[in-house]
Amino acid sequence: MSSRYAMVIDTAKCVGCMDCVVACKTENNVPEGYNRDWIVQDVRGTWPTLHMEIRSERCNQCDEPPCVETCPTGASHVHDRGGVVLVTKELCVGCKACIAACPYDARFIHPDGYADKCTFCIHRVEQGLDPACVAVCPTRCMTFGDINDPNSQVAKLLTSRKWHTLKAEAGTKPSVYYLT
Amino acid sequence: MTTLSRRKFLKISGATVAASAVATSGCSLGNSGAGTKESGIRTVATYCDLCFWKCGAIATVKDGRLWKIEGNPLDPLSRGRLCPRGTGGVGAHFDPDRLRTPLLRRKNRGDEEWVAVTWDEALGTIAEKMQKIKAEYGPEAIALFSHGIGGNFLKHTLKAFGTPNITAPSFAQCRGPRDVGFRLTFGEDVSSPERTDIRNAKCLVLIGSHLGENMHNTQVQEFAEAVGNGASVIVVDPRFSVAASKAKHYLPIKPGTDLALILAWMNVLVQEGLYDKDYVDQYGFGFDHFAASISTATPEWAYIETGIDPDVIRETAREMARYRPATLVHPGRHVTWYGDDAQRSRAIALLNALIGSWGRKGGFYTPQSMDVPAYPYPPYPKPLKEKVDNPGHRYPFAHETITTGIREATITGMPYPIKGWFTYATNLLHALPNDQETIRAMQNLDLMVVVDVIPSETAGWADVVLPESVYLERHDDLNVEWFREPFVAIRQPVVASPHDQKPGWWIALQLANKLGLEAYFPWKNAEEYLEKRVTAAGLSWDELKEKGIIRGQHQPIYYSEGVPAEFPTPSGKIEFSSPQLAQAGFDPVPRYTRPTQGPEGSFRLLFGRAPVHSFSRTQSNPILADMMDTNEVWVNANAAARLDIADGQYVRLRNQDGVVSNRVRVKATERIRPDCVYLVHGFGHTARGLRRPFGKGASDAQLVTRSAVDPLMGGTGMNVNFVTIEPAEDNHA
Repeated sequence: MSSRYAMVIDTAKCVGCMDCVVACKTENNVPEGYNRDWIVQDVRGTWPTLHMEIRSERCNQCDEPPCVETCPTGASHVHDRGGVVLVTKELCVGCKACIAACPYDARFIHPDGYADKCTFCIHRVEQGLDPACVAVCPTRCMTFGDINDPNSQVAKLLTSRKWHTLKAEAGTKPSVYYLT
Repeated sequence: MTTLSRRKFLKISGATVAASAVATSGCSLGNSGAGTKESGIRTVATYCDLCFWKCGAIATVKDGRLWKIEGNPLDPLSRGRLCPRGTGGVGAHFDPDRLRTPLLRRKNRGDEEWVAVTWDEALGTIAEKMQKIKAEYGPEAIALFSHGIGGNFLKHTLKAFGTPNITAPSFAQCRGPRDVGFRLTFGEDVSSPERTDIRNAKCLVLIGSHLGENMHNTQVQEFAEAVGNGASVIVVDPRFSVAASKAKHYLPIKPGTDLALILAWMNVLVQEGLYDKDYVDQYGFGFDHFAASISTATPEWAYIETGIDPDVIRETAREMARYRPATLVHPGRHVTWYGDDAQRSRAIALLNALIGSWGRKGGFYTPQSMDVPAYPYPPYPKPLKEKVDNPGHRYPFAHETITTGIREATITGMPYPIKGWFTYATNLLHALPNDQETIRAMQNLDLMVVVDVIPSETAGWADVVLPESVYLERHDDLNVEWFREPFVAIRQPVVASPHDQKPGWWIALQLANKLGLEAYFPWKNAEEYLEKRVTAAGLSWDELKEKGIIRGQHQPIYYSEGVPAEFPTPSGKIEFSSPQLAQAGFDPVPRYTRPTQGPEGSFRLLFGRAPVHSFSRTQSNPILADMMDTNEVWVNANAAARLDIADGQYVRLRNQDGVVSNRVRVKATERIRPDCVYLVHGFGHTARGLRRPFGKGASDAQLVTRSAVDPLMGGTGMNVNFVTIEPAEDNHA
């Protein structure tokens, strides 16, 4: 079976410190005012009986990515390794169709005129490294790997823990999983 | 000498990030010669300076430009992972608001009008004024306020000059009460990094400690590890903090009543016989008196004070007993809250003693340190006068110097005049309570010098501003901490300073030379100093430079591993009742007094940290500002609705003394009690040179006009201010 990269994020351990966001910015030279990943604090209940899930969010690297479907130039595409969704910036005309199609608001137009977003740090992954956000996280709440490999840490976490994905009802089959 | 108007200064400071980057790569370290541009990737091991935790880091330079900073995997503090501030440390180098050149004051203090001068002229002016002050008042009339390890070299120069008045806000405005409370109980304090064995705790109690928002790296890592291992977390906080969201029990306590809760917990442990009797019998002193003293502090009594259900108090006390000794009641760090802070900290120490966690796995370990000899300097001259901060030892248990005591002496001239201030990397106008008092003191000086990397509010009041290189551009002293395991770490330059900034060691050395104190600087540069210390410790200088860290051998850290249970108190035991306190006229067992309440309709002002900023020092860092560029005032959603104030609306806060804050957006939230509001500290900058953060958010420091002074040690409890909320005139801009 071919590889399918996934990220499994343990919301019980995440403190929402934004180290993942900062590391992404320096690693990928993300311009000021833009982010490829971000933190959500999902608060439920009323004081003092409250529940809060903290999530590090990013492009969900969907199995059925509407951004790729909708891209008129073929700039948005599925990479030949791990199912990662990438943008070939030279082919992108900045039409924003992908931004409209993404249910996660994960994309933005880079000041240089092309659609940009999380790449799962494929440049690092192909050197055998974890994505920058995973590598820096002080709480070690993020795990990256090949979900099609039953011996991988990500596969094991999903069989041993409860999890959810974001907007599962959108039918995009996300590859970012949140442990609860 | 070039004259520099403020307009021109701003213009110069106004260069873009890109422009300063060009300047950087033009003078990068590693260039082999003029005009040769560095290419490729190189890494340098150093340690971080975004806070005082001093994590080991590896900085990567790509084509001569600083690219990224990651944790050093060899470092036991960071365990290879930095916090967001450390990762964002890149921005400290590129910050366009940095100080660039030495500056002399041109007009009135506080006008922020400067003349750019050479280092020689700046240091010459300082030395001349210091000698004049010394001649008239003695060397003791110079005081230094210093924060962080970078201040070590300047401290050395000033000690050689002959002053004992060297201080830091980290005592009387931060951890001082905790250290005093633990010393009075165990004879030792919890030191920094705290000797808390969070990683192995099965039950963790956090009283106002907001780990996860407060990013002291090792603690946060171990907190996540403990949570992941299923530790039972009990959080006491008026605000539903990030830590509270991880808790099994969240106790939304009425602010200022923590001591009542702690006494009630101890009452339950004693009444129900749940405490560690063997441990108390073996190591305790004065237990019977202690037990009698807390016998009336029942959960029902505490309920009236704290608002916490008596059943919850009993249940959480039993939870602590269930997991003892691996139950850690965290001592906190910034604990200057209500003026009874040393006694509250002592109560926390006693609660830990009842649980038997001191010296035990999952409680407090016994820290180890590498034996690295100090540099063999000549002895300092003995000051003729005692320190000025604590006349007559009116705060008998202050074992460090009290900043606000020096401030007071500077205003009153008693017990003797203070005429010169140095501040190193500390923004006193945001750190000390009552900024107007600080300004009054500064107006009384003959010399005010600020050494810093950014033009802080305090720098605006200086006569001379000295721009320091940021930590990525300089050597500093060795980091030899007391920790789980011994280690030594080095800070060394990664890139060159982009302008005319200089390292602290260079500034201290040059100033000493101008003061005729050459004998105290037998070394010519920091590398010589460092190499001598490292070699004297029997370690390899080359190895340290290459790896950044050398780790020592693991030593026993628990009583169970053979560490002797020693308590350097007068009785040699854990003092449940303290004769020292009784002799000095204080309660030998902590006793609760109800905190003062604010005017009707007001909210108690609380403040804390955000994970992406340190104090008021990082708001101009472009990367960290991109994460969080302002603060919000947290207001309970119902309370906001009653005041007809909407989430996101701009308001101003007015305190009990009529001080009105800068405008700030409301965060109307369920995550805070209706009787208090909360600000992240460090925003609301008013220094004009801090162009990026200028005017963004509200400053808690400005509203902290009052403080409750701890009678044991002089700490300034700052959670005693109250505010009302008024809509800002312009709500939409």
